[in-house]
Amino acid sequence: MARKKKISLSRIVFYFLLISYSVITLGPFIWSIITSLKPTSEVNNFTVNFSTLSFDNYIFLWKKFPFARWAFNSLIVASIVTLGNLLFNSMAGYALARIDFPGRKALYLAILAMMMVPGQVVMVPTFILLTKLGWINTYKGLTIPFLFSLFGIFLMRQFFLSIPKSVEEAATIDGLSRFGIFFRIVMPMAKPALSTQFILMFTGNWNSFLWPSLLATRDNMYTLPVGLNSFYGQYFQFWDQVLAGVMILSVPAIVIFLIFQRNFIKGISTTGMKG
Amino acid sequence: MAVKISRAKKNSIKKNKIRDMIDGWLFVLPFVGLALIFFVGPLLVAFMLSFKEYSFLDSVTMWQAKWVGFNNYINAFKDPTFKKALINTTIYSIGVVPVQLVIALALAIVVDSNIKGKTFFRTAYYIPTITSTVAVAVMFLFIFKTDGLLNKILVFFGLQPYNWFNSIHLALPSIMIMAVWSSVGLYMVIFLAGLQDIPTSLYEAASIDGASKWQKLIHVTLPMLKPTIFFNLVVSLIGTFQVFDQAYVVSKGNGGPLDSTMTVVLYLYRTGFREFKMGYASAIAFILFVIIFVLTLIQKKLFGEENRM
Repeated sequence: MARKKKISLSRIVFYFLLISYSVITLGPFIWSIITSLKPTSEVNNFTVNFSTLSFDNYIFLWKKFPFARWAFNSLIVASIVTLGNLLFNSMAGYALARIDFPGRKALYLAILAMMMVPGQVVMVPTFILLTKLGWINTYKGLTIPFLFSLFGIFLMRQFFLSIPKSVEEAATIDGLSRFGIFFRIVMPMAKPALSTQFILMFTGNWNSFLWPSLLATRDNMYTLPVGLNSFYGQYFQFWDQVLAGVMILSVPAIVIFLIFQRNFIKGISTTGMKG
Repeated sequence: MAVKISRAKKNSIKKNKIRDMIDGWLFVLPFVGLALIFFVGPLLVAFMLSFKEYSFLDSVTMWQAKWVGFNNYINAFKDPTFKKALINTTIYSIGVVPVQLVIALALAIVVDSNIKGKTFFRTAYYIPTITSTVAVAVMFLFIFKTDGLLNKILVFFGLQPYNWFNSIHLALPSIMIMAVWSSVGLYMVIFLAGLQDIPTSLYEAASIDGASKWQKLIHVTLPMLKPTIFFNLVVSLIGTFQVFDQAYVVSKGNGGPLDSTMTVVLYLYRTGFREFKMGYASAIAFILFVIIFVLTLIQKKLFGEENRM
């Protein structure tokens, strides 16, 4: 009896800590959402007057400011970059793991070496190059340089190394070409790895700030993070509106995550990301 | 007859080899093309620029721009703002990396155990990770403002309110708190994947030997998790040395107050894209590269050679 009571007490402490930490992670969101629904006059009140809560700030941002356009830009850019990455990283990862072609080892070593280079190192010349190409303030400029990821290739290679060779041998006997094997057999098997990469790529690009702030300088080409930063710079005293902007930026990525998270941890395991 | 077969075989092997070569290069072609144009080329140009004095606004091209030898590098180490940026980034990294990894590991162990509402807690802890750093920075500016929620809570508990982001002593620690808050989830998930790969037989064996929960953690979990810890350490360190977004949003791009939130990448951004000193910015980029490279090598040494990555 005494022993049982002791366990339940430690359980209570345990759950108390678990819940406390989720208050720390979710609290700022809840507080920001509530504030974004308030009229400006009530932002600094610490009580919530439910009768005054409304979506007015969201409608206002959507109608009076280019938030709709920025959201569209973010969606286009994040989608194109994510799809390109899923395809190109998988193709490269597959070749490096499964096809015996001359130059494979050297290419793999080159990828490992390039992974050590922080992206900021190429920022200045890439910016100059894109300016020369006339790609500043274009979707081309915001997407094409980002269609591959060294890390993504590395992850896909790890995954493809883990599937049995017999699968491809069987498909070859059935007369499938290499591309047939890749698209019809291997890629469907890669779903956990692909959905993990999808989440990381989509949310990462949706949220990306440094590059888009260099490549989109006209406000009709801003992505949401760039747009929100500029909006905040001008309207920082209107916290209700600013926080509505924060939610327009955060909520879509969170929703995408909630939809696709089922295989997320499994995917991290199979891609060998844990080390 | 026998000769004929072997020749046919030889031919088919040769054919397969050629096909493998064509297929292999076709599969890597999109990546190789993009990487040459948008990574390798710019990398070589950046290296060249780091030994030149070049501004985007100059009338001469970057090829014609004046060579200045190691001057950009030498000037960087004489530049008080760059020194400040290096110190800030180092403090940031030393503060953030261990804290976020320890919290992440503790959370991973907890949500990996048999508790109710596992999925809820995992999701709740991961959500800050998928939130834009710009959104996070703005939310924190709101919650940390002088008359904001955090100070209200502090006052409620009889503590003193602070002017978090406007104080030269508190601005950087505030960004550090923000960074820990927003990235613990990522490392937690990677630890979680690592934990789930530890064979349960090891724990059963430890139980038979009479090991306590604590002993299992020390003698089974942590040693088995070593590659994951190494991976997280490297990723976390590289990430902290590249801190930019939060510092940019919080200080409106100038690293203030009084350079207290100036980081290496923010300074790179400012010299390269605000002051257009592109040779100098390239030198700063390569200094950052060397720092990250050396830190990774040191960690690899510390963790032994058996780890891949």
